Parts: sequence; C-alpha cells; structure tokens
Amino acid sequence: MSVAVSALLARRPARSRPARSESAVVRWLIIAAAMAFLTVFLVLPLFTVFAEAFSRGVWPYLAALTDPDALAAIRLTLVVAALSVAVNLVFGVIAAWAITRFEFPGKSLLTTLIDLPFSVSPVISGLVFVLLFGAQGYFGGFFQSHDIAIIFALPGIVLATLFVTFPFVARELIPLMQEQGIQEEEAAISLGASGLATFFRVTLPNVRWALLYGVLLCNARAMGEFGAVSVVSGHVRGETNTMPLHIEILYNEYHFMAAFAVASLLALLALVTLVAKTVLERRVGEDQ
Amino acid sequence: MKIGVHNVTKRFGAFAALAGVDVEIGSGELIALLGPSGSGKTTLLRIIAGLDWPDEGDIYFDDVNALSRSVGARNVGFVFQHYALFRHMTVFENVAFGLRVRPRKQRLDEGDIRARVMRLLDLVQLGWLADRYPSQLSGGQRQRIALARALAIDPRVLLLDEPFGALDAKVRKELRRWLRNLHEDIHVTSVFVTHDQEEALELADRVVVMDNGRIEQIGTPQEVYERPATAFVHEFIGESIVLPITVADGVAHYGGVPTGLDHQGVASGAGRLFVRPYDMAVVPASGAPFVGQVTRIHGLGAARRIEVALRSDDGAVVEIDVPRSGELAPGQAVGLQPRMYRIFAAAR
Repeated sequence: MSVAVSALLARRPARSRPARSESAVVRWLIIAAAMAFLTVFLVLPLFTVFAEAFSRGVWPYLAALTDPDALAAIRLTLVVAALSVAVNLVFGVIAAWAITRFEFPGKSLLTTLIDLPFSVSPVISGLVFVLLFGAQGYFGGFFQSHDIAIIFALPGIVLATLFVTFPFVARELIPLMQEQGIQEEEAAISLGASGLATFFRVTLPNVRWALLYGVLLCNARAMGEFGAVSVVSGHVRGETNTMPLHIEILYNEYHFMAAFAVASLLALLALVTLVAKTVLERRVGEDQ
Repeated sequence: MKIGVHNVTKRFGAFAALAGVDVEIGSGELIALLGPSGSGKTTLLRIIAGLDWPDEGDIYFDDVNALSRSVGARNVGFVFQHYALFRHMTVFENVAFGLRVRPRKQRLDEGDIRARVMRLLDLVQLGWLADRYPSQLSGGQRQRIALARALAIDPRVLLLDEPFGALDAKVRKELRRWLRNLHEDIHVTSVFVTHDQEEALELADRVVVMDNGRIEQIGTPQEVYERPATAFVHEFIGESIVLPITVADGVAHYGGVPTGLDHQGVASGAGRLFVRPYDMAVVPASGAPFVGQVTRIHGLGAARRIEVALRSDDGAVVEIDVPRSGELAPGQAVGLQPRMYRIFAAAR
C-alpha cells in the first residue's frame, strides 16, 4: 500500500500545484488582507504607544513613570491586582470544585451566573457596588456609621475588580476538572490520604497549569480594568487612581507623552501575558 | 480476611442498583462479580471499598462492621477500571503515594519507602519504569502499576473494577494468568468485577452472577456453568439454544406438540428450554423432539456448526455443534434430540 502510494508520488510532476482551487494571486491577496488588517489594528497601535512614550527620549520617559502620582497609581494597581487574584484564586477553585464534584439544586444557574461579569458592561459592574455600598446604597449607611469607606476607596476598587475578573479562574478549571473526573481523588482517599492531602497532592497538581493560566488572564484584566474601576474610584489623584485611570487623566490634560509612558507599562504587561499564555496553553494541553 | 455482605440495598433515585444482596467471601478467596452492565456489580464493589454507601444492609470485614469506617480506614486496595494513576507523578511516586500520606507516626522513612516501592515494582516486573510518567506507559503497564500502588498499603482486601476491560485481547489474557499467579503468591482476599464470563470462569475461585441488582447464583466456575440456577445464568454464561415451550401433563410441548422431554419440576404453563449447542444430537427425524432442515454448515476444526431451521410457527433457527465426521448436507431433514437440557419457567 505505502509502496504504491510513494510510487504514485514519485511519478507526480515535481512542480504540480497542490490540490487547491485558489490561484496564487487570490492566495496572496487573502494573506495580504489579513496582514494589513493585523498591522493597522494591532501592530501599529502597539508601536505608537512605545513611539509616543519615548518621543522625548528615555529620561523624560523615566521621569513620567517616577512621578509621585504615577508611582501611586502603579502601586495601587499592583495592590488591587494582587488582592483580586488572591481572592479569585481561592473562590474560583471553590466554585469549580462545587460545580464539578457535587450535585445540588441551582447548579446550572450557578454555572451560567459565573459568566455574568463577561456579558455585563463594566460600567454596570461598577454602578452595582455604588448602589450597594455608596452613601445612598443599601449597606452604605452601615459602613458610613462605622467609618469604613468602600466607594471612592480601595475596598470599592477591589470589589469592582473582583466582580469583573471572577470568571477567569473558575472558567479555566471547570471544564478541565470535569474532564479529569474524580477517579484519581478516589484512588488517593482509598490509599489513605486525607481530604486535604488529596486536594494538595492530587487535585491541585492536576490543574496547576490551567490554574496558572486563569490567574494570568485574571491578573491582566485586573490591572487593565477601566470601566468598573472608574465608576467606584472617585479619581483622587495619588490615592484612588489605578494605572488606566491615571493614563486617562494625563491624556485629558494633554500630557500625551506621560500618558503613553504609563500606557507602555500596560502594553508591556499585555505582551508578557501573551507569551506566558502561549507557553501555558501548551502545558494545559498536556494535562488533558 | 473474610468479607460479609448482608442484605445490601442501594438506590439511585428510583433505580435500585442493588436489591438486598447477600454474599460471604472467604479469607484468601478470589471472587468474580459477573454480570451485564447495569447489574450492580460495580456498585457492590464500591460499597465494599467504602467509595459508596448502601441505603440498607451491612458490610462486615471479619467481625467488624466496615460501614463504621471511611475508605481510608478500611485498608482496601482498589484498582480502578481506567487505572486512575496520578498523572503528574512518576510511576515510583504513584506506588509510594499510599506510604507517603500515612500519619507521621506510622510513616516509614525514605529508605524503607524506596525499598518497598522497588520491591513492589519488581513484583509487577516493571522496576525499569520507575521514573516514567503514566502517560508514557502502555495500558497493560498502567494496569500493573495501579495494582502495585494498591498493594503498597498492604491491603486486607484487593478490589478490582473491570481490571482488564480496557486492554486488548492478547494483553488481557497474559495479565489474567499473571494476576492468578500473583494471587496464589500473596493470597489476599480479592474481588474483581467483570462482564467477561471467560475472564470470571478462568480466574475466580467462585463466581457471583448478578443481574438487575440481584444475585442470580454464587458458585464455582464449574457450578455456574454446568448447573445454572436460573434461566439468566444459563443464557449469560456459555452459549445456549433457547426455545419457548409449554409445560402440560408433566411434559414439555414445542409448537403444541409433545416433545417427550421431562418438565423438570416446572409448573404447567409457559417455559423455556435451554440446551448447550454441543448437547443437541442429530437423530432421524421420525419421533425426535424437534425436527427441522439443515440450512447451513460451517466451521473448521474438531467440531462443525450447523444451522437448523426448525419446523415450527416461530421459524426458529438453532445452531448446534456436531462432530466433523457427520454426513450432513444443506437441505437435509433432521431430528434433534437434547442429551442434556434445562427447563425454566418463563420470565415472571
């Protein structure tokens, strides 16, 4: 059989066209169109960010980044991202565990609701928390009387970010944990492992790459979130401005170079995320 | 260790997976739970292990009620159908797992764990695979590692769920023989689930035949094959010719005609006649219990298989085994006389 095929291949004229219907011209047109689109919408903007950021050289660039307000924004962004990633990591694992390991009423509703933050406009995500915790909100009075600031302060920003980024971890884990099933965990407990040992020695290692992947996307979104945070932040310079908000303010005040300098950090984060994502996707594939 | 299963019932919603099951398993026995899918055999195995809990009934390990203990405390070695090896651990770590998760006081030191794991890997003849990951092993190798992992905790009972189900025929046969030898060496009370009768009959000391959440028969392979207790067992184990009959006046009638075959104590009414294909003899047509016409002859080797279309309303075709020397030709009218047969009342 294979001999016959190779004989056929050998007899085939060397420069025959592959069995596709498009001519070379059409093929190149399609490729060119795709490349042009990518260039205009992805490469050019990215290039512009860095070009503008360094338009006056390296020193002004660094000066823009080390401006006290910029540093405060960077610090706040890092804090918010760290908190939201940590909380979402824990609750994402718990939600995925509940959904893939137990049967309970309302399970399908919960599965659907997990995606809600993706389908809702970020502005609404922010407004929800203003409605809940704002001065006129349902719980606002309680927190105000105890002198705890939620809206226009760090807790509000974290809450809004948490809401927006909740799906990332859970959504990565649920399909994988469903596919892997519970047999390895059953094996572990039958071998005498406690529930905790089973979780840390079997469950967690089995989903580690998917978990990391979820955390990566969660982090990227947490650092880049604008809409929801903008509603609850109050834009207090040096206090409640995250990087995206700081960039907007700089831009509105015509500090284009400084705006792009800070933006370049976010762009860099995007690039790093992209590379890490590619590497992780390969690892997640191995787990399946 | 002895295992006692007493009146165990398990329901999944309205479906009764097990309906009042009783089995006594002797110390050191190798028992097969045999039945079609949905017969409750895996459920029973999981209940013995402690991975599922019965709605009613009790499980005894020797004289202790096992239901008062969790899986971990029962000290059972469970081999899963798809092995369930820990995919992120090497073969060595898989086998060592049960030793490493012991409470600190009972834990062996690293050297002892290493020695023990290597001894087990040698027992399953796979010591050279210690550093591999499960995904790098063949099905048969994974199966043996799963067994080594289960044996590492010195189980008092070894439970195997369809241990050869996912393997190809040749590997399955080899592993079967190997498991039998292993059991003779270590002699731990073992229960395995299978839907493959050949496997059950070849491997087990005793076979528990199950259907619809009930036990149909418990016996040695020979007993369940030669003296099936129920119609189900006769049909499920080995090949059977099954013919619908009516019992009247102490004789079986086929197609309204008396066959001269004894009713074997079955009450008057509808019944079913079971004959092994090699227990049906070809005789002259006149006066035979069954008459028909040879439609096809095939088969090589010692016996030949012939198909006979019975002269009856239901147009039944039976396949019987005859010695090679027989002078039969398609189209020939023949009589059939069962040498051995069983009659059971028709299904309730």
